Amino acid sequence: MSATPFLVLSAILFTIGCVGVLTRRNALVVFMCVELMLNASNLALVTFSRVNGNLDGQVFAFFVMVVAAAEVVVGLAIIMTIFRTRRSASVDDASLLKY
Amino acid sequence: MTAFWILSPIMVLAALGILVVRKAVHAALLLAVVMIGLALLYLVQDAPFLFAVQIIVYTGAILMLFLFVVMLVGVDASDSLVETIRGQRTLAVILGVLFGVTLVLGVAQVSVGTITGLAKTNADGNVVGLANLLFTNYVFAFEATSALLITAALGAMVLAHRERITPRASQADLARQRMRDYAATGKHVGPLPAPGVYARHNAVDTPALLPDGTPSQSSVSRVLVARGTVKSAPALADDITEVVREEDAK
Repeated sequence: MSATPFLVLSAILFTIGCVGVLTRRNALVVFMCVELMLNASNLALVTFSRVNGNLDGQVFAFFVMVVAAAEVVVGLAIIMTIFRTRRSASVDDASLLKY
Repeated sequence: MTAFWILSPIMVLAALGILVVRKAVHAALLLAVVMIGLALLYLVQDAPFLFAVQIIVYTGAILMLFLFVVMLVGVDASDSLVETIRGQRTLAVILGVLFGVTLVLGVAQVSVGTITGLAKTNADGNVVGLANLLFTNYVFAFEATSALLITAALGAMVLAHRERITPRASQADLARQRMRDYAATGKHVGPLPAPGVYARHNAVDTPALLPDGTPSQSSVSRVLVARGTVKSAPALADDITEVVREEDAK
């Protein structure tokens, strides 16, 4: 079972996540795309763990999941706070510091 | 490898779907597809513990959190297609494709050498091996994540908490306010009329009919009105008028 297809899939998913962060307006969807990028990197970590024959890669993927969970909790709370004051979940509307 | 070739097209298609769907709910469901696919790929690659964690933490906890926030923020909060920076979307897609091509070509040309495989490492079981690493080499990182999780939970509580600055309106206050509204604008004091209940149709999306036959706007929820799913009451009663006409002809 070769490792390259897994790495290519991981690269493709990461790129799709990148494009999503750049193009989408809804803060929630931007957040989902960030999650997609984190997951793509996890796939690469697990693949390299198998290539090298040690479990360090899997431990790192586990840590990435923990950090992603913490990030989602705080991020969604921020989105909710912004929505409460501004009645919008669009990243373009939260531009109060601009002026 | 069969699992990979079946799962990877599905995952890439679902991920591309996240880029184009308008509604956040659909994006969350497509993300769930990608995450379950990733979990299965972990299983294929000798990582059963991460398979379970991926299913429980990502599709179980994080995506449910996303769906809860989608419900709070409003299901109809769909993306606007207006570009605030001109040409930004096109540029982003071009740059993204370039980045992806570079990354894929780079990764595809790298030779990863012989694949050792995890058969020997997982001899005592994957979970035991992970625990051995986690509680020896990475024990400080593990402790640090516990601090991170507690801080994140506290932060979310502080952010989501709303301090009440005005006293809560009691039932007596509400009644007084209603009477004041009646005195000022003549707004109806009593409860709102119920939605349509007819002999053959009984649903909250059908407005009640007033004595003169016009539908009462205040009898249907304004959420349904905003979504545009309110049925027309006179249309439902069309055949009734015919029956009445036939009766009259007799």
